[in-house]
Amino acid sequence: MNKKILIADDEQNIVISIEFLLRREGFEVLVAGDGEEALAKVRGERPDLVLLDVMMPKMNGFDVCQALRSDPDLAGTRILMLTAKGRDTEVSKGLGLGADGYMTKPFSTKELLAEVRKLLGM
Amino acid sequence: MLQAPVLIAVSLLYLGLLFAVAWWGDRRADRGRSLIDSPTIYALSMAVYCTTWTFYGSVGRAAVSGIGFLPVYLGPTLVMALGWFILLKMIRIVKANRITSIADFISSRYGKSHLLGGLVTIIAVVGIVPYIALQLKAVSSTVGLLLSYPEIVMPHRSPTMSVAADISFYIALILAAFTIVFGTRHLDATERHEGMVAAIALESSVKLVAFIAVGVFVTYGMYGGFGDIFEHLATHPELQRLATAIPSGQGYTGWFSLIVLSALAVLFLPRQFQVAVVENVNESHLRRAAWLFPLYLLLINVFVLPIALGGLMHFSGQGVDADTFVLTLPMSQRQEGLALLVFIGGLSAGTGMVIVETIALSTMVCNDLVMPLLLRQRRLALAESKDLSGLLLSIRRGAIVVILLLGYCYFRLAGEAYALVAIGLISFAAVAQFAPAIIGGMYWRGGTRGGALAGLLAGFIVWGYTLLLPSFAKSGWLPNDFLTQGLFGIDLLRPQQLFGLSGIDEISHCLFWSFLANIGAYVGVSLLRPPMVAEATQATVFVDALQESGPIGAVLWRGRAKVSDLQELVGRFLGPARAEVAFAGYARRHGGRQGDKLEADARLVQFAESLLAGAIGSASARVMVASVAKEEPLSIEEVMHILDEASQLRTYSRELERKSRELTAATLELREANERLQELDRVKDDIMSSVTHELRTPLTSIRAFSELLRDDPKMHLPDRERFLGLIVSETERLTRLINQTLDLAKIESGRADWNACELDLKEVIEQSVAATSQLFREKEAHVDLDLPDNLPLIMGDRDRLIQVMLNLLSNAAKFLPPGSGRVRVMLRLLADGLQVSVTDNGPGIRPQDQELIFEKFRQVGDTMTAKPSGTGLGLPISRRIVEYLGGRLWVESVPGEGATFLFTLPFAPQRELAVGQQEPAA
Repeated sequence: MNKKILIADDEQNIVISIEFLLRREGFEVLVAGDGEEALAKVRGERPDLVLLDVMMPKMNGFDVCQALRSDPDLAGTRILMLTAKGRDTEVSKGLGLGADGYMTKPFSTKELLAEVRKLLGM
Repeated sequence: MLQAPVLIAVSLLYLGLLFAVAWWGDRRADRGRSLIDSPTIYALSMAVYCTTWTFYGSVGRAAVSGIGFLPVYLGPTLVMALGWFILLKMIRIVKANRITSIADFISSRYGKSHLLGGLVTIIAVVGIVPYIALQLKAVSSTVGLLLSYPEIVMPHRSPTMSVAADISFYIALILAAFTIVFGTRHLDATERHEGMVAAIALESSVKLVAFIAVGVFVTYGMYGGFGDIFEHLATHPELQRLATAIPSGQGYTGWFSLIVLSALAVLFLPRQFQVAVVENVNESHLRRAAWLFPLYLLLINVFVLPIALGGLMHFSGQGVDADTFVLTLPMSQRQEGLALLVFIGGLSAGTGMVIVETIALSTMVCNDLVMPLLLRQRRLALAESKDLSGLLLSIRRGAIVVILLLGYCYFRLAGEAYALVAIGLISFAAVAQFAPAIIGGMYWRGGTRGGALAGLLAGFIVWGYTLLLPSFAKSGWLPNDFLTQGLFGIDLLRPQQLFGLSGIDEISHCLFWSFLANIGAYVGVSLLRPPMVAEATQATVFVDALQESGPIGAVLWRGRAKVSDLQELVGRFLGPARAEVAFAGYARRHGGRQGDKLEADARLVQFAESLLAGAIGSASARVMVASVAKEEPLSIEEVMHILDEASQLRTYSRELERKSRELTAATLELREANERLQELDRVKDDIMSSVTHELRTPLTSIRAFSELLRDDPKMHLPDRERFLGLIVSETERLTRLINQTLDLAKIESGRADWNACELDLKEVIEQSVAATSQLFREKEAHVDLDLPDNLPLIMGDRDRLIQVMLNLLSNAAKFLPPGSGRVRVMLRLLADGLQVSVTDNGPGIRPQDQELIFEKFRQVGDTMTAKPSGTGLGLPISRRIVEYLGGRLWVESVPGEGATFLFTLPFAPQRELAVGQQEPAA
C-alpha cells in the first residue's frame, strides 16, 4: 500500500514542487493550505507523514504539531517540520513538541526524500 | 509691724530660707539625687524672667498704656510654644561642649575666639548692669515706702545722701555676699548651680503668690470683682482709653518690636541662658516648661489691669506713682501682712534676677575677659602655680562684687532719670544683638569669626547710638542738641530718626537699624572668606548638634600629651583633688586604666579640655591644653577629611538610604533600558527573521523546481515550461523583496533621495492607473476615476507618489473578486491639502488587522487563495513616504464590504523638502 503524505504549507509554489516530487516517487499526496485544514486532514485522512510548515495562517505549525501529539489516536503519524526560520531555538522547539524531524528551507530535494523515507521506515 | 527692724529681720530671714534651700539643693546634687530634676522647678526657674520690672512695673505701664504691658510676655510665650526647638538645640550644644555662658557659646561657635567672648561679655555687662541697678532701686524704694507707713509718701532720694547711710548700698552688699555663697562655692566643669536654681524656683513661687494675693485683694476686696472695676471706670472717662484694645499712639509696629525683643530676650538674656540652658538637668523638662512657663506669665499678668485701674481710681489726684500700686494699695487699706508679703514678693523678683544675672555675668567676666588677659600676660607665672582654682574663684567673687557695685553706682548716678526707668527694654535690645551670631551659628555653617565680630560690633554701636546715648541725653547727661540736631549737627544722624527714619517708636527704630547693621555685617563679612579649620569644625559641632552621635571634636585633634601633664593642668584650675576624681571617673567609664597610660589619646585630651572649659571658658581651655600637649597641626584638607569621616558616622544611614534609593532607581532605569534594548533586539530579530523567511521562501521553490528539472531531463514539456515560469516569477519576487527592503531602510534612515517639486496629483494618479491597467484587465475589474480638474498643485516627489499609488492599486487588484471587481479612485480638496482614496470591493480587512498591515512583513491573508503575493513591505513603505511628505495614510474597512485606503497630502509640507536634496548624490 502506498504511504500517504500530507503537505501543509501556505506557499503555493512550494506545495507544487513538493507535491510533484513526492508523486513522482509514488507517494499518495494530500495538500493543506493552513494549520486548521492540516489538522482536519490528518484526522480525516490519517496520513503516515505530515510535512508541516511553521508559518501558516490560522494555526501555526507548532500548534498543529502539539495538537497532533496530544491525540493518542494519531501517535503513529510521523511529523517532519519544514520552516524558513532556521534558528536553533525553532529546531529544538519543534523537536520538543514531538516532531520527528526538522528541515530548513531551502532544502535539497534529495535530502527531503531521504528524510521522508527514513521517517516512514523505508 | 512695718518698722525697720521688722523689715530687716524678715528680709534676712527670707534670704536665710533661700540659702537653706540652696544649700540643701547643692547637697542633694553632690549626692547625685538632684532636687531640681523636675520640669516644674525648671519652668519656675525660667520665671526669673519676671523681675521687679514685672512685679511693680507692669502695673505702672498698664496705668499708662492699658494692655501695652502685654507684648513683653507674648514674646516669651511665642518662643516657648513655637521656638522651643531653638532652646533644645542650645541645650544640646551646651551639654556636648560644656559651655558655661552665652559669651562662651558664641566664642566656642566661631573657633573658640577670645576676642568674641570678650566682646559678648562687654556687651552683656554694659547692657545688664543698669538693669541690675533697676532692681536695687525697686527694692530700696519699696523699703522707703514701707518705712513711712502708715503715711503713703513717695520716696524721695536726696542726691547728697552719703553712701554709708544709703540702704540700697547695704542691699547691694548683702546680695553680693549672698550671690558669692550661692554661685561660687566651687568650680565645676559644667558650671551648674543646682542649689541656686532651687532657690530661684522658690522665689518665683513666692512672687507669683504675692502678686496674685494683691490682685485678689484689690479686685475682690476693694472692689466687687473684674466687672465692678470696669463699671467704676464709667465715672472716670479719662481712664477709659486704658480699657480699649490697643490705645492709640502705640501702634502695631511697637507691639511687633516688643514681641520680637522679648522673644529674643527670653533666649539670650544671660540669666535666661543660665537657667534655661546651662542649668537644664534634663532636656525633656523643656516639654512641660513649654506650657508651664507661659502659664506662669499669664497668671502673673491676670491682675495687672485691675490693679492698675483700681489704683488709678483709688489714688486719683494724690500723686501716687503707679509703679507702687502693688504695695501702696494694701498699705492704704491697712493690710500690713499683705504689704509685707508684697515686699517679700518684690524682694524675690529683685534678688532672683540679681543673683542669676550676676552669676552669669561673673562667669563670663572671669572666663572670657579676665582669664584670657591673665593667660596672655602672665602665662609663665600662671603655669608655675600649682593650684589656680583659688585664683579662679577669687576672680569670680571679685567680679560679682564689682558688677553689683557697678549696678549700685549706676543707680546712684541715674536716680530717677529716664535712663534707669527705660532700662528694661534697652537691656532687651542689647542682648537681642546676640541673636544673629547665635541663631546664625546654629543653623548656618558659613558664619565666621570675622562675621560674628563685625555683626556684634555693628549692632552694639547702633544700639548704643540710637537707644543708650539718647537715654543719657533724656536724662540730661548729654546735651539735648544731640537728640534734636544729630551728631555734629548733622540732621541725618539724629539718633532716633537715623537717616530720616521717623514715625515709629524708639525701640522699633533701634531694632530696625541695629538688626540691619548686625545681620548685614554678620552675613556680609562671613561671606568674604570661607570658614577656617577651627570655624568649620565648630560649625559642624553646632549645626549638627541635634543629630545623634558622639562629639567629633576629639577626632579633630592629633598630637601627643602625657596623662600626668593633663591631670596636673586640670588640677591647677579645679584643684588637685577634683582633678583626681574626674580623671579616675573617666578611667572607670572608659574601662581601661587610663591613668596608667603615659600617652593620652585624643578623647582624653578632649575630656581634659572640656573640664577646663567649664572653669575658664572654652577659648582659654584650648590655649591651656595646647601648652601641655604637642599638637600636630592639621591641614584644612586633613580636617575636612576627618570631618568627612566623622560626619559619615552621622550621615551614614542617611547617605546609605540615599544611595540605596539611587541604586534602586538606577536598577530600575537599567532594567527599563535593558527591556527597551531587548524589545529592540526582539524587533530586530523579528525583522531579521522575517527577512530571512521572506528570502528563504522563494529560494525554496526555486531550488526545488531547479532540482526537479535537473534530475528529470525527460520531464514533460508543459511541466518543464510551467516550472521554469515559476522559477522566473520567484526570482522576480526575490528581486522586488531586496529592492523594497533596501528602499525602506533608506527611507527609515533618512538617506533616501527626495526630488521635491510642485506637481498635479491628478496627473500622478492617472499615470499610476495607466501603469496598473493590465492588472485590472487580468481580473476583469472595472476602475472608476473621480478626479476633479483645477485642484491646487502640491509639493511632493513625483516618483515616490507614483510608488504609493502603484502599491495601493496593486494591493486593491490583488484582493478583487475575479470577474466582478470594482475599484474607485477619488481625489478630494480638503481645507489644508488634498485627499486620495482607493476603494475596492474585496473581502475587506478585520478591524484588528487594520493597523497590522502597515507593519513590515505583516501580510494578512485567510486562505491559500487569498495569500497575498506581495513582499509585505508595500504598505509600510507607502505610509512612510506619505508621512515624509507631511500627510497621513490609513485604511477604512468593513469586513465583507471592501476596503478604502486613504492618504492626505498638505499644500505646505511640514518639513522643508530641502532643495539641496534635489541635487543628486555624487
